[in-house]
Amino acid sequence: MSHKQTKLTQNPLQKIWVPWMSSKLSRRRGSSVPQFTNSPTMIVMVGLPARGKTYISKKLTRYLNWIGVPTKVFNVGQYRRDAVRTYKNFEFFRPDNEEAMKIRKACARSALSDVGTYFMLEHGQAAVFDATNTTRERREIILSYAKDNGYKVFFIESICDDPEIIAENIKQVKLSSPDYIDCDKEEAVADFLKRIECYKVTYVPLDDDKDSHLSYIKIFNVGSRYLVNRVQDHIQSRIVYYLMNIHVTPRTIYLCRHGESELNLVGRIGGDSGLSPRGSQFAGALGKYIKSQSIPDLKVWTSHMKRTIQTAEALGVAYEQWKALNEIDAGVCEDLTYEEIQANYPEEFALRDQDKYRYRYPKGESYEDLVQRLEPVIMELERQENVLVVCHQAVMRCLLAYFLDKSAEELPYLKCPLHTVLKLTPVAYGCKVESVSLNIEAVNTHRDRPANVEVSREPEEALLTVPDHI
Amino acid sequence: MMASYEDEPMETSPRELTQNPLRKIWMPYKNGLPEKHIPQRKVCMTNCPTLIVMVGLPARGKTYISKKLTRYLNWIGVPTKEFNVGQYRRECLKIYKNFEFFRPDNEEGLTIRRQCALTALNDVREYLGVEGGQVAVFDATNTTRERRNTIMKFAEQNEYKVFFVESVCEDPNIIAENIVQVKLGSPDYIDCNTEEAIEDFMKRIKCYENSYQSLDEVLDRALSYIKIMDVGRRYLVNRVQDHIQSRIVYYLMNIHITPRSIYLCRHGESDLNMKGRIGGDSGLSSRGKEFAQCLNHFIQEQNIKDLKVWTSQMKRTIQTAEALSMPYEQWKALNEIDAGVCEDMTYEEIQDHYPQEFALRDQDKYRYRYPKGESYEDLVQRLEPVIMELERQENVLVVCHQAVMRCLLAYFLDKSADELPYLKCPLHSVLKLTPVAYGCKVESIFLNVEAVNTHRDKPENVNISRLAKEALFTVPAHQ
Repeated sequence: MSHKQTKLTQNPLQKIWVPWMSSKLSRRRGSSVPQFTNSPTMIVMVGLPARGKTYISKKLTRYLNWIGVPTKVFNVGQYRRDAVRTYKNFEFFRPDNEEAMKIRKACARSALSDVGTYFMLEHGQAAVFDATNTTRERREIILSYAKDNGYKVFFIESICDDPEIIAENIKQVKLSSPDYIDCDKEEAVADFLKRIECYKVTYVPLDDDKDSHLSYIKIFNVGSRYLVNRVQDHIQSRIVYYLMNIHVTPRTIYLCRHGESELNLVGRIGGDSGLSPRGSQFAGALGKYIKSQSIPDLKVWTSHMKRTIQTAEALGVAYEQWKALNEIDAGVCEDLTYEEIQANYPEEFALRDQDKYRYRYPKGESYEDLVQRLEPVIMELERQENVLVVCHQAVMRCLLAYFLDKSAEELPYLKCPLHTVLKLTPVAYGCKVESVSLNIEAVNTHRDRPANVEVSREPEEALLTVPDHI
Repeated sequence: MMASYEDEPMETSPRELTQNPLRKIWMPYKNGLPEKHIPQRKVCMTNCPTLIVMVGLPARGKTYISKKLTRYLNWIGVPTKEFNVGQYRRECLKIYKNFEFFRPDNEEGLTIRRQCALTALNDVREYLGVEGGQVAVFDATNTTRERRNTIMKFAEQNEYKVFFVESVCEDPNIIAENIVQVKLGSPDYIDCNTEEAIEDFMKRIKCYENSYQSLDEVLDRALSYIKIMDVGRRYLVNRVQDHIQSRIVYYLMNIHITPRSIYLCRHGESDLNMKGRIGGDSGLSSRGKEFAQCLNHFIQEQNIKDLKVWTSQMKRTIQTAEALSMPYEQWKALNEIDAGVCEDMTYEEIQDHYPQEFALRDQDKYRYRYPKGESYEDLVQRLEPVIMELERQENVLVVCHQAVMRCLLAYFLDKSADELPYLKCPLHSVLKLTPVAYGCKVESIFLNVEAVNTHRDKPENVNISRLAKEALFTVPAHQ
């Protein structure tokens, strides 16, 4: 019953209090996803070809990585392409093709082995095993492997019998697959349909009785119905929530910053100033642009800060204010110029350059905090259809990183200039981006990472990359 | 919802903005007055109210779910009310004799029950219409398709969205436990002994079983619903229509009924507490450190299985948790309310520098946002993921702060937005919350280490014109 009072010290980068000598402090440093489980999770896709497995795998992986859960996709079809080099036709997938069966089984094992490497050596937390996995036998192999290694398993089965949806899938992602690079459209479609038939013969869906001890979600007809069985933990619960909110209805997301603000003009960060004259011009131009796009049922979102609201006001349509869309809180550095930050807080300034994603302003926030704050915005963006988000530089970087699958290292340096609209359209497995500059001059607010990030650096070295301002 | 541009001139100048002094929300104004429409992000952006309809045999947890869901929705800011048809029946019938009332061939019984359902629906209409409610939970067995069709017609006429929540359970142990927990204490069985009550209730369930038509995957495929099977082992979710239904499904999928306790306490007394200063990130005073040690003893004595410990990212809660010699997790979301420009000030200094702000805060403490800071309303939004994870977890100790603890407590004890900011959460006291029946048992344990009082009651005069001493009347003593 010792009375030792452990001293606390505050990590200078993230501003997290840690005990001076700690063995008991939990690894988790306040991220939105608790690392309660030390067991990594295998997410196993199940379903016939053209049921959206790869679409779900990639999207889910992107989301998990963005919220801070290191995740990777293992697409067994890719392993097969690497092993077989040239794809002839659907006969490879015939259930009686023993030679092909051997190859396919070997590919699956190879992928499983790489999953193990990812978890053990690369600090992965979730692995998405993207294959048809349509037989009980194949799933048993995976379950055994997971059990032997202490991994949790969560199945995602996609069931679809709507021929139109399947045809659309084939068109969107199969025709351009490396498998069909030398085929004409009709040949490819015919072959692929025969491929699906090969799997149908042996397809055993997850059974609600026989598989009642497994953890899984069954998605029917692109989300009109879900069956969820035995969610084990937090991360599986988040995965289920996410999957239940995404959809495939075509739509467009527009991201832009507020018009140039008074503080932007003088090179000051943060604050709650109004638009400059050029900023107001931009707002007007934005209104015209939006009108010209003729977007049905457009939702407009802003932050609670004056500059985004002023911008939205010029659109003449209803808009919704989200506090979660407020710019990153620069704490003690609010309203300062970079020159002033260098003068008053040179060490902070250097730390920020060292790790801009995790760096937290004193009494403020980090990009990492921002992502946590923005997660409900992303979730609602997934639910919605056409949306225009009028926000701020750091916020826009976070949102963009989600849509374009940018890493934590890239995120804080994404280019999001004033007076430019990014138009994001989901296509195939990703997102098409169109950058539309509305042709109204504005200051540049993008500060690149300087070459010298040491605390010992000279002020000129720190300020080398500061953009011009009044 | 696109504005029509054809009739408007191209260059309409944007409306002027003004910042609401209480909530610090920017809104447009005309002729010196703020426009009525304040487009705030609310949970329920639909103008369409939602009718949640429970479905299931007796003792399947419908009322438990109704009450819990209602509590959650109200806490996150969605005005919700439950309508328990059994309650209407008790008011109508006055005395419950026995299960025969529920026999499917009891014409008189059926008439009364149908009438009660209609009366309840009328009250739903009143609530969702005139009283400004957004969600109504219709808590009854609703086990026949016919009854559900009646409800859907009613909803269609009034333009409500309908979402069914069906609870299906065949485990006799769970049903028996339900009966013990909530039925034996029901007004229906006030004069019965335990055995009689259970026997009668089992016969009551039988009356419903023959006519029970569970939501069907094919026949009911056009409806929006969640079917909860075996207390959450499995869920079937069909046609979630909108945001609020998606949140409801997520919540229902995270709650459980495994017995457990939640311990809430504040950090030990801090140096700033002693000086009567708010916010900041100071360390513990010597009494605060003493409390941390006592907390350690208390927790050990409680002998709690698999206790999880959560703190904020502020020094004082972490120092407190350090004394427990157990792993703990830091949540930024548990940080104290951000007092913005008032951080580190005493109430006297706030009155001195920001008398208007001080008065506005007393006028509406829940919605009041500190300049460059937060409101209680903001706090609740920030704490929602914490509540969701608390629901998922079992035994947890949360070491947090005064305003944060008030918000969490308000969730567990179903306190309104008006009561919330004045809940008493003194230093050096642990609140032990144990779910029981339809609510939460609270035990307050003071760990016998003196501390300053940090609770400031609402003063009588909240007008901006008040004198300084009227404002400072209720400030607790400090160094």
